[in-house]
Amino acid sequence: MADIAPSPAAPAPSAPTTARLVWRRLRRNWLSAGALALIALMAVAAALAGWVAPYEPDETDAAAALAAPGLHHWLGTDIYGRDLLSRIIHAGQVDLTVAFGATALALVIGCSVGAAAGLYRGIVDLAIMRCVDSVMAFPAFILAMAITAALGNSVTNVLLAIAITQIPNYLRLIRSEIFRIREMEYADAARVVGNPAWRIMFIHLLPNALPPIIVQATLAMGYALLTMAALSFIGLGIQPPQSEWGSMTAEGAQYIVTGEWWLFLFPGLAIVLMVLSFNLIGDSLRDFLDPRMRGVR
Amino acid sequence: MTAAAPVIEVRDVSVRFATDYGDVHAVDGASFAVRQGEILGLVGESGSGKSVTATAILGLIRRPGRLAHGSIVLGGRELTTLGQEELQKIRGVEVAMISQTPRTALNPLITVGRQVARLFTIHAGLGKSEARRRAIEMLALVGIPEPERRARQYAHQFSGGMCQRVMIAMALATSPRLLIADEPTTGLDVSTAARILDLLRELGARTGASILLITHDLGVVAQTCHRVAVMHAGQVVEVAPVRALFAHPAHPYTRALVHSIPRTDRAIAMEPIPGAVPSLLNVAPGCRYAGRCPWAEDRCRREKPGMTEIAPDHFAACFAVEDGRAAPV
Amino acid sequence: MPRLCELDDLKVHFPLRGTAAWLRALKDGHPSVVRAVDGVSFHVDAGETLGLVGESGCGKSTVARALVRLVQPTGGRITFDGAELTGLSDEAYNKVRPNLQMVFQDPAASLNPRLPVRRMVEEPLLLHTGLDAAARRARAEAVLEEVGLGVELADRYPHELSGGQCQRVNIARALATNPRLIVLDEPTSALDVSLRARVILLLEELRQRHGLSYLFISHDLATVRYLASRVAVMYLGVIVEEAEAAELFDRPAHPYTRALLAAVPEPDPEAKRDPFTLSGEIPSPIDIPGGCRLRTRCPLAQPICAEPVPYREVAPGHFAACHLL
Repeated sequence: MADIAPSPAAPAPSAPTTARLVWRRLRRNWLSAGALALIALMAVAAALAGWVAPYEPDETDAAAALAAPGLHHWLGTDIYGRDLLSRIIHAGQVDLTVAFGATALALVIGCSVGAAAGLYRGIVDLAIMRCVDSVMAFPAFILAMAITAALGNSVTNVLLAIAITQIPNYLRLIRSEIFRIREMEYADAARVVGNPAWRIMFIHLLPNALPPIIVQATLAMGYALLTMAALSFIGLGIQPPQSEWGSMTAEGAQYIVTGEWWLFLFPGLAIVLMVLSFNLIGDSLRDFLDPRMRGVR
Repeated sequence: MTAAAPVIEVRDVSVRFATDYGDVHAVDGASFAVRQGEILGLVGESGSGKSVTATAILGLIRRPGRLAHGSIVLGGRELTTLGQEELQKIRGVEVAMISQTPRTALNPLITVGRQVARLFTIHAGLGKSEARRRAIEMLALVGIPEPERRARQYAHQFSGGMCQRVMIAMALATSPRLLIADEPTTGLDVSTAARILDLLRELGARTGASILLITHDLGVVAQTCHRVAVMHAGQVVEVAPVRALFAHPAHPYTRALVHSIPRTDRAIAMEPIPGAVPSLLNVAPGCRYAGRCPWAEDRCRREKPGMTEIAPDHFAACFAVEDGRAAPV
Repeated sequence: MPRLCELDDLKVHFPLRGTAAWLRALKDGHPSVVRAVDGVSFHVDAGETLGLVGESGCGKSTVARALVRLVQPTGGRITFDGAELTGLSDEAYNKVRPNLQMVFQDPAASLNPRLPVRRMVEEPLLLHTGLDAAARRARAEAVLEEVGLGVELADRYPHELSGGQCQRVNIARALATNPRLIVLDEPTSALDVSLRARVILLLEELRQRHGLSYLFISHDLATVRYLASRVAVMYLGVIVEEAEAAELFDRPAHPYTRALLAAVPEPDPEAKRDPFTLSGEIPSPIDIPGGCRLRTRCPLAQPICAEPVPYREVAPGHFAACHLL
């Protein structure tokens, strides 16, 4: 008595294998796939910096100071003879850790509080939203600057500052998603079946509220990277000798007039490529995680 | 009844959609015609291809869909070979459509009167005040009370039934030859739906527009249409005048359909249609009802039956009916 | 026949909020309230199906939601299985839930798009029974088989199922804890005509096999005639007529019922249409006319209709709220 689903889930005689399907999806989204590969490459390189980088980041070599990109130093050296490539790879540790870390922290806090606001509404929502309003009243970068200046220049403080400026975005996003979803019939059905509030939240509402959050998170990672770089550029946050792409770009900028273009180009390029990659994977990642998008063009 | 000249003729139209798993044959060799001044009902379950057929008539099939083959002739013109620019001139002017969600089809930011008037300024080249006058006339024609006042209101101030009337007004503004009504009453209450159908019938007669009424509701078909085309899994299986269809359903699917529907005026035994709609993915050749048909033979699974005239103006695509194995009821 | 469920003068009113509502309240002289359900009384006996019909806005869905506590009643009482539901605390009410379940209108929207079928059917078992994982799995599979879904569909997601299959999942979920009463809110409205027959027959079969009772809410009168033993008709928040199914459809007493039946298109071109129609549109539930609520639209309206309407027995077991009967 079962009716057949007129859906592609029913395998036809020549059904493509899972591997084939994944390959097809990757091919359609080659741009995003490329971006993902780049991020993965950078992350792995940064994590294994000790093995991957050809030189130590602090290894000076006066003879090879300010060398242009060449055979021994693929991206050139700085005024102390330090290999630029190795420095960029090591700096990746700091940059990517802070980018992922700040985003993750903001996401967890923002989503929990935002979900609470969406679920309980009333006075809880009111109180939370007024706090959010006060944070959002400050331009995000100014706020990040202020927090870093107040707390002191360290990696942790930069992470914290960026996270704080990001929390309101996730909070508002999840809150409005929860508002929308809680009116859906499956939320009603979940109540009628007898689910307690916490199960409704974590099993029924949140997983369905996450897609826009994922896109926001990937964009935000790019933003986090830029903020960090900008902070270093103006002298706050991460200080030398700790290498970080933003500060390296700032240092390198001094050498434009004297012609050592590689010193600011390559760290800057690292920032640009990472931010671009984060932006590109956003939509595709969301679609990839959605069970509904499998096998559909 | 002598067959009046057809306003639109759909001949052997097939529409396919490309997916990762292969081609979905949404419409397979559909043929029917809408005659001058009549209301043709296009009946089928969801997935039967009726809406896709309407989309094909309007030339709106887009990737990953394509019109695999077939011809659609509107008043002597072949539509399938026209470019989008020419189709734009036909859409909304000679062929108009109303859908099942009238409220969402109306622009929420513009007054209803302006939306209707625009049609006159764009397609008839009328000036603003003349267009507005005509717009109010149209609103009155579709039975909206106090049309001058209502014309100044916005879509959200109209009830569902009223929105549908506005849609009908907009569709008929350009005096189209063919009005496609895609499930126009599905989202409406019973009494509102009844009035909308009455309105369609009346306006069809008055303006001379022919109507292609797409629905899954046999009750609507019985009360509103002159002739009916029944679709199953993308294939047109039967075309007949409405009385003949209900009194002597020929195709096994039509018979099963008619017997599966409850009524309010008497208690009947409902028999559900056996089996299930076959998957439209990479279909086998032959009749798509064969998997569910009590009279199916091998031939049915290999060959697709053509439409044969089994009674005056009554066509069915079934070998069993042709051979007399399943004599018309 | 023991009464399984009884509603006594149930009222559900929603106060309007916001500045526009406040201004309106000033103008009217009393607070603006949407009287969605305004004094509804009926009962469902064990093992029977009560059909509740009416058009959109009549309050029938709100009655259903009040029964399963998705919405709080503003007045009146609900009694179920001898116990009064209206005053119960949330924990106490939760103990009633295994016996009182609901199937919603939109089959796909009632299922969490991220959970497979299996988990959704097992969920009520997880929440209300002490069964272990294996037992829950077995029971869920048994129920899925019973509603006609093969076990191989248990790991699918809602978007991979058709509308009819989704609705069967909903029915399976409602059935999992062996409830005594299932509230069905337009369970077939979103389904194709040919699928409706299947689902209706399934519901009937399940009812007979398990001795279930149904509160079947629908605007599809033909389906109600088939399934229900008794039918109540609602208009603007109150019940205007109640009778046994055949009696109501063959001899409708209240003008609203007559108009409703006249508007249903029969799948028979030869069927005679009753030209009885109502004029105008349904009044807003904020501004309900005094006396008989239909009087602004009824072709038979008389001056007496402005008086409060008596709800009386016009034939054995057949009740209607109309002055003119």
